[in-house]
Amino acid sequence: MPFIKPRLASSASTPVHQLMRRADEVILGKQHAIQQAVACLLARGHLLIEDLPGVGKTTLAHLLARLFGLQFQRIQFTSDLLPADIIGATIYDRNAGSFHFHPGPVFAQLVLADEVNRATPKTQSALLEAMEERQVTVEGDTRPLPEPFFVVATQNPGSQIGTFPLPESQLDRFLMRIQLGYPDRAAEHELLRGVDRRDILRDMQPMMAQEDLLALQRQVDHVHVADAVVDYVQALMDYTRSSEQFHSGLSPRAGLALLRAARAWALLEGRDAVLPEDIQQVFVSVSCHRLHAVGGTPGQHEPRLATQVLDNVPVP
Amino acid sequence: MSTGPIQQLLPHRVLLALMLSLLAVTAPHVLHLPPWLSTVLLVCGGWRYLAGSRGWRLPNRWLLLLLTVIGAAGVIAHYGTFIGRDAGVAMLCLMLGLKLLEMRTRRDTVVVLYLGYFLIVTQFLYSQNLLMAAWLLLTVWALTALLITVNRATTPDNWFPHAGPAATLLAQALPLMLVLFVLFPRIPGPLWGMPEDEARGVTGLSDSMTMGSISELSQSDAVAFRVEFDDEPPPPALRYWRGPVLPEYDGRTWRQAERPDDAPPATERLGGEVGYSVTLEPHNRNWIFALDLPVQISIPVSVSGEYALERRSAVRERIRYDVRSALNYRLDPMLRDADPENYLRVPDDHHPRTRALVDDWVSSIDDEEALVNQALNHFREQPFEYTLRPPRLDGDTVDQFLFDSQRGFCEHFAGAFAVMMRMADIPARVVTGYLGGEINPTGNYMIVRQSDAHAWVELWHEGQGWQRVDPTAWVSPDRIDLGLGGAVPEGDNPPALSRRTPSWGRTLALQWDALNAYWDRWVLAYGPDMQRRLMDRLGLGDWQRMILVLTGLMLLSLALLAVLILWRRPARPPDPVQQDWLRFCKRMADAGLPRGVSEGPRDYADRLIRERPDLAAQIDAIARLYLHLRYTERGSTQQAQALRTQIARFRPRTQRTQT
Repeated sequence: MPFIKPRLASSASTPVHQLMRRADEVILGKQHAIQQAVACLLARGHLLIEDLPGVGKTTLAHLLARLFGLQFQRIQFTSDLLPADIIGATIYDRNAGSFHFHPGPVFAQLVLADEVNRATPKTQSALLEAMEERQVTVEGDTRPLPEPFFVVATQNPGSQIGTFPLPESQLDRFLMRIQLGYPDRAAEHELLRGVDRRDILRDMQPMMAQEDLLALQRQVDHVHVADAVVDYVQALMDYTRSSEQFHSGLSPRAGLALLRAARAWALLEGRDAVLPEDIQQVFVSVSCHRLHAVGGTPGQHEPRLATQVLDNVPVP
Repeated sequence: MSTGPIQQLLPHRVLLALMLSLLAVTAPHVLHLPPWLSTVLLVCGGWRYLAGSRGWRLPNRWLLLLLTVIGAAGVIAHYGTFIGRDAGVAMLCLMLGLKLLEMRTRRDTVVVLYLGYFLIVTQFLYSQNLLMAAWLLLTVWALTALLITVNRATTPDNWFPHAGPAATLLAQALPLMLVLFVLFPRIPGPLWGMPEDEARGVTGLSDSMTMGSISELSQSDAVAFRVEFDDEPPPPALRYWRGPVLPEYDGRTWRQAERPDDAPPATERLGGEVGYSVTLEPHNRNWIFALDLPVQISIPVSVSGEYALERRSAVRERIRYDVRSALNYRLDPMLRDADPENYLRVPDDHHPRTRALVDDWVSSIDDEEALVNQALNHFREQPFEYTLRPPRLDGDTVDQFLFDSQRGFCEHFAGAFAVMMRMADIPARVVTGYLGGEINPTGNYMIVRQSDAHAWVELWHEGQGWQRVDPTAWVSPDRIDLGLGGAVPEGDNPPALSRRTPSWGRTLALQWDALNAYWDRWVLAYGPDMQRRLMDRLGLGDWQRMILVLTGLMLLSLALLAVLILWRRPARPPDPVQQDWLRFCKRMADAGLPRGVSEGPRDYADRLIRERPDLAAQIDAIARLYLHLRYTERGSTQQAQALRTQIARFRPRTQRTQT
């Protein structure tokens, strides 16, 4: 039971907490993953969900779009997908006698890039550049993407055949990478007995206005980070840099990402200041895909090692 | 109540502390400042204090300018100059007072504090004793604490928490101070050496003696010099400290001879030598005191024809010298250069009654020794009295003393006796100096005070040289055995420390004197001579090399410090809040619940509450305060204080046994 009197208790009735509780009812037993996804959205970051097919990745993305009332587009990545299929193309309109831009599916507030590692690197980078710039440039014209803009990419574990794993430099574009994992026994039992999730999704009403979401995003910027917290983040980064278990440590950009995610997490916990615990809560999701362990395939040892980092670095 | 920027600059407590500290800094100066300036200082301080606490208006720029001009004119009018110790200090004090009146910003406050430091240094131009040093150290501490307070980024609300760091700072400055003390080039003579400043307020023997001049001196408890004997001190009857010798007599006053270049007379040592060191207080004369009769001395001195020791320059700082004296000696047995007539001169028209008496003796006695005894017995047989309060003698002093008042101090007896001897054709001269001295059991050295000042007579006999005769001893033998306090009658009120009756106040005074003697010997006596000797021993002959060494040492220590800092590289000074929290964690660890290395404070507190529900409320309050102080930007010093007290009161173990 939290004893630091939060401004918003966990049972708080603020829209965002009601929203998270509603999400919990749909995706059972995944509170932590849901809170991380919401934190990622509030921190204006993009989310990478890496897991086996069928554990609810798509459902989670769709659910968030519904609950936040965001305009939703889904792109199924395949090996023959072209950049134009994502960002759109200029097509000659015979009736008007001129070229006309047809926006691609990326022009949406929440874009689900399903199985992003199935597309060729060229197509992948088209999406990732749009994510970073929050705008697309087609034939000289720069077109801004809608606001808020949130990409949820899903990825099957890299070891599967016929995939193009995202290069490390591109992985950096995602604020967090989370794993859903199998539901626990009780949750799965209920899932199996319950109504089809797709039906629930279809009937779901938005629980939050877009202005409120934007306001929350702005509020994240005002969450205070004390020097003591920065010290802690630096200690964590130093540890990964000097550890022999990693090829390379966390970059300054990773440190910034860590603080941004922790701010959003603290806000969701109802505080206006970041605690070391907030850093710990988001550390694995934020740092895992930015670290490259020595030995093993990418993604194999990192989560375990990231947890070890947390265990070994003292909280100042 | 609306508060202006003046009131917000310093909270009341800090302002009060500042004013009191400045009062403490300037208080010793009040002794030598003109009263009007002390008043101005007080008024300025009071005004600024009321401006801070009651919102009084401070003077505007034009009024301040006017006050400055008037004040400066006042200093000029009083001293006639800005230059010199007294005028300079007065000017500084004036500036401090006026600066207080324009203390509107933090920067002004810092300037005021720096002025305070400067004023502290100027105190040493007046006094360097131990008590003053201790007092000034206290004021330095107070000012440093205030300086830290004022320089804090947040609004200072109290100075008290900074007293500790200020003490630490001073302690850290100690090694540097010692290095500078030892190595910084010493300048001979007192700093700010202005001739007119030096001669003031120093008591001591003078170069002439009239009846009444030494008894004035006897009222002073001031220390003339201190002596450490190599072995046992000589018996009281031989503790005659030879000072100026006065052979010239004009009928009223005994003076030094004006024969500057006389070669020292021949002496013979007849045994009984003692070795000792003298620490002589400054007395602004050239005389050097030593036991009769000095035969060897460690500092350069000239020996006059009368065998008085003199230094080339006046003793203006405390000096220390080693002497060997022969207690049995023969001085100038041939009366080599001088005509014995020089020691027989008494103006013809003086002392007719004395002359009649002496003539009477001379007609009946022809043996010199018998004559001397006759004169001494005269003092004993007649009702002469030894007293600190002799009556004033206006006419023919010797006749009045010998025949009318018959009450006198050593100079009366010595003067009258020497006159009688000269009239009887026996060469005689007056020797002044000190008789006696008190052994301080604490420190085991002898103190000779101004109240021990004494005058006696030397008579010359063919073949035997000058021999000491002390007529006072015939009248009052106690003067030798018991000192001044034991010799004078009850109602005479000799100075407190000359009385030899033991009392706790006396013991304390002697211990205090011992402490001062150490201070003098180890701190103040470290002058140019001692420094040169030390430097020679260290192989750092001249001051150029000393400066080089000093600079080198400074650079080396700075480099060491830099290396140390870079090596330890604390991002910031340790956070006091964090230290309190670590104390709390230590208490809980002692109670069996240590914090995990990577356990965040909130998680830890949650766990503690689960494990120790009996302490839930306390832990909860402490953890909340800590998180608030350390991780939000809204923490206040009050809350930090609250955290400290809560943690100080937190006793997990005792708590458990109670519940």
